[in-house]
Amino acid sequence: MATYSTNEFKGGLKIMLDNDPCSIIENEFVRPGKGPAFSRVKIRNLKTGRVIERTFKSGETVEAADVMETEMAYLYTDGDFWYFMDEETFEQVSGDEVAVGEAKKWLKEQDKCIVTLWNGVPLTVAAPNFVELQVTDTDPGLKGDTSGGGGKPATLETGAVVRVPLFVQIDEIIKVDTRTGEYVSRVKN
Amino acid sequence: MAFLHQRAALYQTVRTFFIEKNVLEVETPILSNASSCDVNLDIFSTVTGGNITKARRLYMQTSPEFAMKRLLAAGAGSIYQIAKSFRQAESGRFHNPEFSLLEWYRVGFDLEELMEEVLSLLIRCFGRKIPLKILTYQDLFQQITTINPHATNQQELINYAALQGNSEAATICGDSLSNALDYVFSQYIQPQLTKDQLYFVRDYPVCMAMLAKLDDKKTVVTAKRFEVYFNNLELANGYEELTDAKQQEQRFQQDIIEREEQKLETVPIDKHLIGALESGLPDCSGVALGLDRLLMLMEGARSIDEVLAFPIGRA
Repeated sequence: MATYSTNEFKGGLKIMLDNDPCSIIENEFVRPGKGPAFSRVKIRNLKTGRVIERTFKSGETVEAADVMETEMAYLYTDGDFWYFMDEETFEQVSGDEVAVGEAKKWLKEQDKCIVTLWNGVPLTVAAPNFVELQVTDTDPGLKGDTSGGGGKPATLETGAVVRVPLFVQIDEIIKVDTRTGEYVSRVKN
Repeated sequence: MAFLHQRAALYQTVRTFFIEKNVLEVETPILSNASSCDVNLDIFSTVTGGNITKARRLYMQTSPEFAMKRLLAAGAGSIYQIAKSFRQAESGRFHNPEFSLLEWYRVGFDLEELMEEVLSLLIRCFGRKIPLKILTYQDLFQQITTINPHATNQQELINYAALQGNSEAATICGDSLSNALDYVFSQYIQPQLTKDQLYFVRDYPVCMAMLAKLDDKKTVVTAKRFEVYFNNLELANGYEELTDAKQQEQRFQQDIIEREEQKLETVPIDKHLIGALESGLPDCSGVALGLDRLLMLMEGARSIDEVLAFPIGRA
């Protein structure tokens, strides 16, 4: 089993902590006064996304986490699992609802996303920053209103609901920022 | 290249300061028969070879303190030194295993007088007045944690750390009260210090006396030790020096026992230092100040690497 000593700690290193895979954000060596040397480490729990600060005795070793990020193509979902494929090796993996999380609102077949694998199983899935999706349902709105003020809800082909300007119509394709869930623009067919 | 000039100018300032005060610059060996036996210091050592002498293990100084005290006992008077010092396994944003210390001793000075001199040197180096706060270790400790550092125990401090989310403090500190105090200080107190304000923290708990005299004239016995903090960085550590050879040897013995308990490398006690103390160390106060850190603070560097010609990674 691979381990890392505190003197190998650096940003991006993946370690196991409390049985969860984590990523080191930053590491600072501390030696107070004449006291014990330790490392003050900022860590992101890759399962929950939470950032915590922990200290480690200098020279202490921790287990490495078998975590890697790969770009994969989203294939389909059967409702329980979401399937992804590595387009170089054609290897397929499946992740459950917890792993796919928010990304499921935005994923359309063949979209490229960053899948974080832990022991070969998807841990988290990040949708592309921008996706282009078709509007499947929205109020017809008022003809001639191009101001975009106010807005209205629109349901997209993936089931996601976003606020769009009044001029957006059913069947149109729009660009959405998945990080904020906000409408960006219309896409010309 | 700018930092080369800044360092040269700083050393010039330091030397001028001590010439004005009639303090003698000295040079002592970096390699010595013994070094600090402090449990928390990891020492570089080497073995002599060739035809010079019978092979001997020599230790690289963690500070020039012991050799300088031997000079003081020999009657050198007030002395200072800019000395390369070495500590294993200390590398990070504020640490390099090889670093420069300014260490000086003032014969006849008590702790207050030395603190005043440190302050005037710092004002000279920074070229400006800096807001200053002098407070006791107890006041500062209690203000932030509500724990009295002179009346606490290791368990209370570990519990405090656990409440703050650092239950691992127990592993880091072991059974040592001074380790637990240092841990709590650096984790929860140091980060609370006001920026751009110089702190002199004084009167340490007895278990952190190291080479300092004890002040037993007050109801609570404290160690005559101070530390200087600036912008969250520990800059200097000073003592009114312990002159009692017996007490010093006992403290070293205690360190040796702790080293054995923790299965650390055994190091010899510096018999020369004990001998010098026995022959009589004049009443004096001394302080070690990190010059690399001082330079960082003067120039606003984010990392010690920025002020070193070749940090350890490229040495």
